[in-house]
Parts: sequence; structure tokens; C-alpha cells
Amino acid sequence: MKQVVCLKRVPDTETRIRIDGSGTSIDPSGVKYVISPYDEYALELALRTKEAAGEGTVELLSFGDTTGQETLRKGLAMGADGAVLLTGEATMDGLATAKVLAAELKGSDAPLVLFGVKAADDDQQQVGPMVAVLTDRACVTGVSSFEVSAGTVVCHREVEGGSEVVEAVLPAVLTITKGEHEPRLASLKGIMAAKKKPLEEKPAERVGSRIRVRGLSEPPARPPGRIVGEGPDAVPELVRLLREEAKAI
Amino acid sequence: MPNVLVIAETRDGKVTGASREVTSLAAGVAKSLGGHAEALLLGDVGASSEAGGLGRFGAATIAVAEHEALASYQPEAYAQVVVSHVRAGDYSAVLLPATTLGKDLAPRVAALLDVPLATDATGLEVDGGTVVVERPVYAGKAFARLEIEATPVLVSIRPNVFSATETDAEGAVSTFTPDVDPSTWKVKVLERLQATGGTTDVAEASIIVSGGRGMKDPSNWNLLEGLRDAMGSGAALGASRAVVDAGWRPHSDQVGQTGKTVAPTLYIAIGISGAIQHLAGMRTSKTIVAINKDPSAPIFNVADYGIVGDLFEVVPRLTEEISALKAGD
Ligand SMILES: Cc1cc2nc3c(=O)[nH]c(=O)nc-3n(C[C@H](O)[C@H](O)[C@H](O)COP(=O)(O)OP(=O)(O)OC[C@H]3O[C@@H](n4cnc5c(N)ncnc54)[C@H](O)[C@@H]3O)c2cc1C
Ligand SMILES: Nc1ncnc2c1ncn2[C@@H]1O[C@H](COP(=O)(O)O)[C@@H](O)[C@H]1O
Repeated sequence: MKQVVCLKRVPDTETRIRIDGSGTSIDPSGVKYVISPYDEYALELALRTKEAAGEGTVELLSFGDTTGQETLRKGLAMGADGAVLLTGEATMDGLATAKVLAAELKGSDAPLVLFGVKAADDDQQQVGPMVAVLTDRACVTGVSSFEVSAGTVVCHREVEGGSEVVEAVLPAVLTITKGEHEPRLASLKGIMAAKKKPLEEKPAERVGSRIRVRGLSEPPARPPGRIVGEGPDAVPELVRLLREEAKAI
Repeated sequence: MPNVLVIAETRDGKVTGASREVTSLAAGVAKSLGGHAEALLLGDVGASSEAGGLGRFGAATIAVAEHEALASYQPEAYAQVVVSHVRAGDYSAVLLPATTLGKDLAPRVAALLDVPLATDATGLEVDGGTVVVERPVYAGKAFARLEIEATPVLVSIRPNVFSATETDAEGAVSTFTPDVDPSTWKVKVLERLQATGGTTDVAEASIIVSGGRGMKDPSNWNLLEGLRDAMGSGAALGASRAVVDAGWRPHSDQVGQTGKTVAPTLYIAIGISGAIQHLAGMRTSKTIVAINKDPSAPIFNVADYGIVGDLFEVVPRLTEEISALKAGD
């Protein structure tokens, strides 16, 4: 079975985010970029599915500028078979991104297309289900594990206060969340092999953004906190502050 | 038309708190635009009996789509009913809660209506007739102010950020039976599993008692359960990723960048160092308390109140004091 995994290049989660002079984007200098964490979980599940079946391919798809090559090579080093980079400028408009990816995926016969549940930069949590609608595929979101059987995929997902087992007909889009399987690290052999794997680059369809960023700002600073005291003797004062000052209890 | 539509959510037949918050917010936004708020509720036959309550939170009218196939969330059917309702009306904005349901539903609705979507908003205001959305990006390390250049403006709203304001107004409830055909559905729920005995989910709790690696052993969670119980029914347990990865706690409890984003009234971090990925999930909590034996732990940088000390001494005392306080109320 053929699987496609959509990967986004995002700043490492440890990175300090600085806003640039324009006030509408971040300063990329000194930022380390990685595969968005949930996309790595998606890739891990795709690779495990392929390994369990003993056949099939895992293709990567990304939309962004040419630096995305590096991100895709990392995915190839983890074990994917090939990659496509659609070059263009990804914006905060997730529907525009979804249209770009859908234009590529419409022609694909892949029974499974996997996304991260959300990208670790804009945190929009939307591109996967949008692509599903645009390409007329079934869609299950927030999937932590899945099993494919004849014509369907059975997914486990978390919901408030419990979990669900959901069945979707193929072809399907799944958005993947953190589950039991940590993403593998690329081996040296994998890194060498990745250099020879096909990575196709082509211009993305042009879709304008209809979300305009007025400005980015630092998170509102939390008023300086205080150490109430040391050890259990500080508890009565903490409780008083929570009650009288914070009105939290 | 300057009206604002709310997609309200029920769980176990009851309108959720998050839906009330969004309704109150919508009433305010609609007022600034010169219109009124309307609500759409989807549910089982008889769902309308619960709907009237939304009037008190600001919905002038409440339309209830009743169908037995809508008793629980089904993405395709819900999206289809919402889209037909939005098309039949004339709304400048459509708002829904950014709950598990809302996060699944909103992008489907956006793609079907061909309008962009801003998710998980923490701010919404009308500036000279334009709706301006504020939402966290980079896991809360920055906030973006956005304008959506399309109508209706479609936004999902982070729970627990806006307050639900109850008035004595009443909304006009109308009921209709939508066309729903389960034979066309591409997904179906085979099984729903309830987590441990109906306790509050961490994403919806007003108080969170959260434990990290400093707890030393999963068996020590009885200490945190004791504190949670003392705090009352709106309290839930949370966890850092370190203890989830160690298998001490279920992933559904994890707070942070690869877990849940929470904004309770009170977040108590116990034996949690405060890694940047943990802070991403809880830094917008109203009040943060940290209990940690290391005075230089980064959690103290975001905590409103901190106690430096051994959690095994501090937590039992805290539970005792809170219980005494509640008993005196
Ligand atoms: C891509 C990515 C995503 C991540 N996502 C998340 C996420 O979603 N959520 C998350 O939490 N983490 C996440 N992490 C992990 C994060 O970086 C930290 O490793 C993790 O949060 C540490 O958990 P902790 O605070 O419980 O453990 P530690 O960092 O080990 O801290 C334990 C704390 O307990 C204190 N302590 C020990 N004993 C006692 C005692 N007796 N009394 C009082 N205090 C005591 C110590 O002083 C210490 O501060 C992520 C990491 C990556 C790379
Ligand atoms: N520019 C992109 N290129 C490839 N995949 C993307 C892109 N943007 C988003 N995605 C995918 O969509 C998921 C959800 O992104 P978002 O809706 O932006 O949070 C990500 O985890 C990726 O799998």
C-alpha cells in the first residue's frame, strides 16, 4: 500500500521566538528548523504500517521554500522512499495550504494520507481535514494508532473524557497525534541512503492568502510571581493568597 | 447581515460550558456589528429541551437540528448540517468552541464553505467593523493578530478564556429535522470508551493538579488524587510528558506542546521543572502555583505563587488546609 505523509518544516520547539522588524513575522536568524513533531509521529506510524505489511511505499510531501529539502532529507533518512517539495510561500491561511497540497494529492491513488494533528508553528490544526474535504477522502483526526484492513482503516482517537474507535473507508486522511511509538532516529545508513532517494522539487500552485497578519506580539508577560515560602509551613499563607488575592479557590 | 452564528455543542444531552462562553462572546461581537447572536445546536430528537438555556447567555434565536443520527458527533453529517444552515442565513461571523469536536468540525466547514479559518482564538474584537482575531502561535511563544478577508469570518474559540455571562433574556427556540443519510458516511464510530469513572477531563477542568517526574513513582499519585478531590468537582489531574513517557500516566493527561493546551483558573505544578514544551500547554492559566524543591526550576518564572520544598511534605499539608477550608464554607 502506498502512503503519503505531509511534513512541515518548523522551528525547533526549544527555539526562542523573536519577532522581526516588520512586526508580522519571526526573525529566522539562529533558528534551528525541524520536522514538525506530530508529523514525525505520522511518519513513524506510516513506516511501521509499511514494515508490518512487508510491502508498500511511504512518500513525503511538503510545501514551502527550498530549505524544505533539508527537512525532507531527514524524513527520507528515517526511512521514507521518496519526497516531493512544492516550492512557494506557506502562510497562516491553512485553507490556502490545503489547496496547494490537495492539487498534488488529487492525482494520487494513495489509500492513506497522513498529517500531523497540528503544525508546531501556526498551531492551526486544520490542514488535514481541509485536504480530506478538497480531495473527497474520509477523514479521522487526532489518531494515536491505526490498523489497515481490506478497504478500511480502524483508528484509535482520544476525545474529552475517553477514547474512540473509529472506522473509515479508504482512501482516507488521518491526522496523527502522539501515541505509544516514539519517532525513530535516522541511522547513519539511513542518512547515506537518503542522499540517493528521489526528491522532486516543483513550483506549487499559486493560492493567495486570505488571512492577513496585522501583527505578532510577545505573550503578555505574567506579573512577577513570588516564592511564598519554604516547606509545608508556607502552605497556610499560600492558601490565604489563593483565596483572598487570586480568588482561585 | 451583521449577525453572528454560534455552533453550540452538547455532551450527554447538556449544552457545554464552552458553548455558553462562545455564545456570550458572540452576543458581544454581534452587538458591536449592529446585529444579534444566533445559535445552532445539533442533537438527538428532543435536544431542543436543553436549547433554551442558550438564550440566557445571549442567543436571540436558537435553531435546533434534531435527528437520531445526530445524537453523537458524526463529522460528515455535522459539517453538512452546519454548512446548509450557514448558507441559508447571512452571517458576518461563525464561531464555535475549540474543543475536540470543534477542532474536528471547523476545518471541514471551512473547506466546504471555501472560507479561511482561525482556530483556538484567545481574543476577538471588532475594530471599525472588522473582526480582529488574536490567537497563540509557536505554542504560545507569540500571539498573532489576524484579519480574515472573507465572509463569514470563521473562528474557533479556546475554552476557558472568555466568560459566560448569564442574563435573564430568553431566546426563541425553533426545531427542524435535517436531511441526514448515514449510508453516505465514510467514517463511523465503532466504540466509545469512557475514561476512569466520569472524572473531569484535564482540558476542561477549572483546577488542574499536575504531577511530574518529581513524584518519583506512579503509586504516589494518590497524593495528587487526594488534593484533586479536596479541590472539588471541577478539578482534574494533569501530567508532564516525562511521566507519560515513563508509562506512569495516560497520554490523555499530558499537558504541553505535544499534549493538551489548558487554561484553568488554577494550575498547580508539582514536581514539574517547567520545560518550555510544558509551559506551552499551561502558561495561559489564570493562576499558577509551583511546588518544587529546586528554587531555580524554570517553573517558578511563570508561577504566581511558589513553594520551595519537598512535595511529599507540602502536598499533604496543602490537601489538609484546602479540605479544612472547604469544610468551613
Ligand atoms: C518535541 C518535544 C515535545 C515535548 N512536549 C512536551 C509536552 O507536551 N509536555 C511536557 O510536559 N513536556 C514535553 N516535552 C518534554 C520536556 O522537554 C521535558 O522533558 C519534560 O516536560 C520534563 O518533565 P518533568 O518536569 O516532569 O521532569 P523533570 O524535568 O525531570 O523535572 C522534575 C522536577 O521535579 C522536581 N522534584 C524532584 N523531586 C522533588 C520533590 N521531592 N519535591 C519537589 N520537587 C521535586 C525537580 O526539582 C525537577 O524540577 C517535549 C519535548 C520535546 C523535545
Ligand atoms: N506547508 C506544509 N507542507 C506540508 N504539510 C503541511 C504544511 N502545512 C501543514 N501541513 C500538514 O498539516 C498538518 C497540520 O497543520 P496545521 O493545520 O497548520 O496545524 C501538519 O502537521 C502537516 O502534516
